[in-house]
Amino acid sequence: MIRLAQVHKSFGTNDVLRGVDLDVARGESMVVIGGSGTGKSVLIKCILGLVAPDSGTITVDGQDVTRVPRDAFLARFGMLFQGAALFDSLPVWQNVAFRLLRGRLKRPRTEARAIAIAKLRRVGLDADVADRLPAELSGGMQKRVGLARAIAADPEVIFFDEPTTGLDPIMAGVINALIREIVTEMGATAITITHDMTSVRAIADRVAMLHRGKVRWCGPVGDIDAATDPYLDQFIHGRADGPIETLR
Amino acid sequence: MIRLVAALGAAVLAGLAGLGRLALFTAQTLSHLARPPFYPREFGHALVQIGYNSLPVVGLTALFTGGALALQIYAGGARFSAEAVVPQIVAIGMVRELGPVLVGLMIAARVTSSIAAEIATMKVTEQIDALVTLSTHPMKYLTLPRVLAATLVMPVLVAVGDTIGIFGGFIVGTERLGFNATTYLKNTVDFLEARDVASSLVKGAAFGFIAALMGCYFGMTSARGAMGVGRATKGAVVAAAVLILAANLILTEAFFAL
Repeated sequence: MIRLAQVHKSFGTNDVLRGVDLDVARGESMVVIGGSGTGKSVLIKCILGLVAPDSGTITVDGQDVTRVPRDAFLARFGMLFQGAALFDSLPVWQNVAFRLLRGRLKRPRTEARAIAIAKLRRVGLDADVADRLPAELSGGMQKRVGLARAIAADPEVIFFDEPTTGLDPIMAGVINALIREIVTEMGATAITITHDMTSVRAIADRVAMLHRGKVRWCGPVGDIDAATDPYLDQFIHGRADGPIETLR
Repeated sequence: MIRLVAALGAAVLAGLAGLGRLALFTAQTLSHLARPPFYPREFGHALVQIGYNSLPVVGLTALFTGGALALQIYAGGARFSAEAVVPQIVAIGMVRELGPVLVGLMIAARVTSSIAAEIATMKVTEQIDALVTLSTHPMKYLTLPRVLAATLVMPVLVAVGDTIGIFGGFIVGTERLGFNATTYLKNTVDFLEARDVASSLVKGAAFGFIAALMGCYFGMTSARGAMGVGRATKGAVVAAAVLILAANLILTEAFFAL
């Protein structure tokens, strides 16, 4: 469904992506792992068109993402941002229903609110949260609202950028379980970026490891423990010693 | 010497590149005027934030300035026995110059800083990226409503500022300097011409456009982190204030030529 071929992206002299090749099948949950600064976030921003790649091609269902009508293209995607990226000035329900209140997916206000409350319930939040402002919520609740917003318009593809960063282990487990459930029940294709190996095991069908701007290893999640790649081995076991350079 | 020339050249090139980016940003903003979708709710919100909520600061600034202006003109006029011109000079000074400029600078301080900080924070916290993924163009949703609202509401704020400034002069003139109230008002009304008022309102619209545009531009181009937000806010206010004063000179010259 999503195919990246030799995608390169630099910022000034910093070559972030150096020829990424990756295929994600329809309905698959792909988790991209890798150290900080290896270009994981840039990768999904390239797919969404938030960042233009310098070279290479990115296709979704065979269509080059740089040549499709933007609104129709983006309507197929949902995204949960690392910090949730909720709009401070809007109450929770308007954040969730943002897409349903304007543009091509616009619905009547009462219907949009009802959908927002249903999605909030789906991620384990009560309806009384709907009229609160994002700043009044805890980090975990904000993540759930961000998740509700990502699934509000029933997208075909959902991106999760560091979904458990900053959460305690229990809340991280709740978010991981929610992501897995939602992706399975919606039949959506998911790409998740994380450092958290617990998330990887909970969410992934397949795993791709990004290192130095390239996919270093890619395979089913069940194979990662048996993989012989020294870079993957060092990363998943969190060892300071190994081929991945670390600062001390 | 070569290093000095190189540094000067680099600064000039950077300045020209910045001007080019600002020109492009302005053109992009204006191009959205003719392309739906439009966001009337955001426009209405911006009208209230920029217009209605600025009334207290505009009113107080104009009131004190009008009063002080009356005292200054009286003191200066007394040196050549022209104390009687206080109502006329207060009126023309407020309407043609001080009203629009002071309101413009107060809006630069209050609104430009607020817009720049808000949008820069949205950028830092990925809210701008979130807008894009939700099929919403950030310039349509954030920039155009604010720039349009500021351009339309500033003439009203300037008119309010002019009126309150003249009223400040009237209070000082009648209560402190002994002017007859009826004569003061008559002299004020008789002396002002339609083009004085027109120049004031046109300046107001131009200054509103500049103030909001600078806030949006510096917010959208902000660097990451708290320092980036701080720099964007400071840069927006300084640029708006300088451009408002420069535009004031150009518009004053243009109205003189009419």
